Amino acid sequence: MNKGWNEFDAGAILFTFNEKVGNISEIHSEDRPYSPSSSFTASVSDWRIEKPVFNKEYCIDCQFCWIYCPDVSIISRDKKMVGVDYDHCKGCGICVEVCPTNPKSLMMVAEGKDEEEVLAAWPQKDQEKNNG
Amino acid sequence: MVENKKTKNLKEFSTSADRFEGANLLCPGCAHSIIVREVLNATNDDLILSAATGCLEVCTAVYPYTSWDASWIHIGFENAATAVAGAEAMYKALKRKNRLLQPERVPKFVAFGGDGASYDIGFQWISGAFERGHDMMYVVLDNEVYANTGGQRSSSTPIGASATTSPAGRVSYGEKKEKKDMMAIMAAHGSPYVAQVSPSKWKDMVKKIQRGLNTEGPTFINAVSACTTEWKFAPEDTIAIADLAVDSLVFPLYEIIDGHELNITYRPKNVIPVKEYLAAQGRFKHLFKPEFKHILDEWQVRVDKKWEQLQRREEARI
Repeated sequence: MNKGWNEFDAGAILFTFNEKVGNISEIHSEDRPYSPSSSFTASVSDWRIEKPVFNKEYCIDCQFCWIYCPDVSIISRDKKMVGVDYDHCKGCGICVEVCPTNPKSLMMVAEGKDEEEVLAAWPQKDQEKNNG
Repeated sequence: MVENKKTKNLKEFSTSADRFEGANLLCPGCAHSIIVREVLNATNDDLILSAATGCLEVCTAVYPYTSWDASWIHIGFENAATAVAGAEAMYKALKRKNRLLQPERVPKFVAFGGDGASYDIGFQWISGAFERGHDMMYVVLDNEVYANTGGQRSSSTPIGASATTSPAGRVSYGEKKEKKDMMAIMAAHGSPYVAQVSPSKWKDMVKKIQRGLNTEGPTFINAVSACTTEWKFAPEDTIAIADLAVDSLVFPLYEIIDGHELNITYRPKNVIPVKEYLAAQGRFKHLFKPEFKHILDEWQVRVDKKWEQLQRREEARI
């Protein structure tokens, strides 16, 4: 889309979906007929310097990361934390800050790092924090 | 009484299907989208939304994209309240004439605006919509500054904050004027429900949103929106800063029903000194120089006084 500033329409209507949808509040994103106008189809993954990596082993499904994620990037289904949506995550790190487990179930690592390697070298339980 | 969406605990709440999309252009760690998500997820009703010009509007409606999965309109800087009020008036008129295409669907009307669009520029329009008594909710995303245009002061900017039009320096300690008490002003409009919320206290917030949506008439929500860019803190600390704001009583969480009945909905177990809230943000950094110590002391006195006033009003029930 390479239009000059004076070539745009004065007003515009954008349709989020390609077809009519029923009760949108009961349909999760994977089942929605998004049109190319929805920012769901765009990506901001190149904004990130660090990415959050999720370790299922320590997660207690408290959903703090889900509610405090500004970018709808924590995928939760059936009351379980499923993973991170790396197309929409901007790498702010809020999910890691609010994670209450010890050790944390989410960790910020450099964008290029291999996930398997990070999971293998996950920090151990912080004893001091537990006692204090 | 309308049935509220069940949000007893966070697990239950997390089954909500978001109607706000990622890949918007808000800064990483922006509280605006946390607030919008909590508002939209608080209900399963159809929503008709509008937004005033501001960070939220320019970042979620970048042509050819939109981040909204509900009917959403933007017209001008000042008229988010008017746009939604007009839609509400049309809905009522069509309903009266039996000309609604889907009469079984009952939408809720919500307008979003930043503090610049609500406290200053759009104030007259909000006042008008509230006076006419439309059945709508107005949500302020209060980040205490014109963040979208580069951090100019608004009438919501608190004393001592450094903004680009009230910069701190050798002589000045930054903003000189006290923050406008929008809650009292909206309550004085006779609004049936006025509440202050923080996204970090999600349960309190969702409860208030539901009450606001289900109350007939114009309701008002003031949400503290920590701005990582203009308040100058690390993006991962957004929730921590919002918690500090609430626990230091700088942003007390309370509601005013029918313009007079005041309830404090959250009393911090450990009230932290205002100093800690200010120290966490770069915009107040200069206040910790010895020459501006009196501003710090005044801050604590002012917050204590306000808290005392709220408690007295809650007791008096007037």
